[in-house]
Amino acid sequence: MKAIINVYLKEGVLDPQGKAVHHALGSLGFNNVKEVRIGKQIVLELDETDREKAMKELKEMAETLLANTVIEDYDIEIAE
Amino acid sequence: MKKLNVSILQFPGTNCEYDTVYAFKRLGHDTTLVWHKEESLPEATDLVVVPGGFSYGDYLRAGSIARFSPVMKAVQAYAGEGGRVLGICNGFQILTEAHLLPGALKRNANLHFISKFQHLKVVSTDNAFLNLCEKDEILNIPIAHADGNYFVDDETLDDMEKNGQILLRYCDAEGNPTVVNGSVRQIAGICNKEKNVFGLMPHPERAMEHILGSEDGSKMLEGFANR
Repeated sequence: MKAIINVYLKEGVLDPQGKAVHHALGSLGFNNVKEVRIGKQIVLELDETDREKAMKELKEMAETLLANTVIEDYDIEIAE
Repeated sequence: MKKLNVSILQFPGTNCEYDTVYAFKRLGHDTTLVWHKEESLPEATDLVVVPGGFSYGDYLRAGSIARFSPVMKAVQAYAGEGGRVLGICNGFQILTEAHLLPGALKRNANLHFISKFQHLKVVSTDNAFLNLCEKDEILNIPIAHADGNYFVDDETLDDMEKNGQILLRYCDAEGNPTVVNGSVRQIAGICNKEKNVFGLMPHPERAMEHILGSEDGSKMLEGFANR
C-alpha cells in the first residue's frame, strides 16, 4: 500500500521558505496570495495490507523521525 | 587546570572534527575520535564533543538522522549520568534532535547560508562552558550555518531564562542585540536544565589563535578544564 506523510511547520512558527515564495509570487503580479506555507511530502510504499496496523506504524515513523514535533505538524494519508 | 580526555564524535558528513581535535590539543588535552557506529564511549571520557559539519547531508532535517546513530545511545546515557556534552553547529542540531537540549533549529530566516565573524554577548557564566568569561562580555567568533534559527516555545524559553540556560546571544560590536538568523531572542547558545549539555551555533574551535582572527574560542573551551 502507498502512504503519504505531509510535514509542515506548525501554525505560528515562521516559515522562511514560504515567506520568500510569497514575496516572489507578489513580484510576479500574483497579488491575491495571502500566505504561503511550504512543507515536505514523504511518499512511502509499504509492504502491508492491514490499514490499521499501517496507520499505527506510520504515526510512529512520523513521531520518531519524519517530523520534528517541536516545530512541525504532520498528516498521514493512505492512498489505496 | 586539569587535563581532559575529550571524545569527539564523527558521523558521515562531519567536517569540523579535526579542527576540534586541533583546538583541544592546543589547550593541552587528549582527544579521541569516536566513529558513530561505536556503541560506547572511551572509558576515561571527561567531555564529549559533537562537532560541526553536515551529518547525513542534512537530509530530512539537520541532525535528524545522526541522532539515531549507535553512538548517540551511549551519549544519551553519558549525559544522563551527568557527563558533559558540547554540540557545535551541526552538533547543536543533533543534540536538539536527540532531545538532550530543548527547542529546534530551523532554516535561517533570510534563507542564506551565513558565514562570517559574529559578535556574541555572554549571557550566563554560571556553568562549565563560559566560567572563564565575564557576564555581558562581547566575544567575536565565526558562524557558518544555513539552519541556525533557534526556536522554542515561549513558556520553555521563559523557564530557560530563569534557570540561566541562555548562554550566548548575537549582538553587534557594542553589544546591542542583532538579528542574524531569526533565532528567538537572538539566541546563539544554550544549555540544558542540569547544565551538563551545551549547544551553540558559532564555532569556537575556529577562533583559537590570533592568526585565525580571534582567540575568543579558546576562552570558552578552556572553561571545561577549569571547572
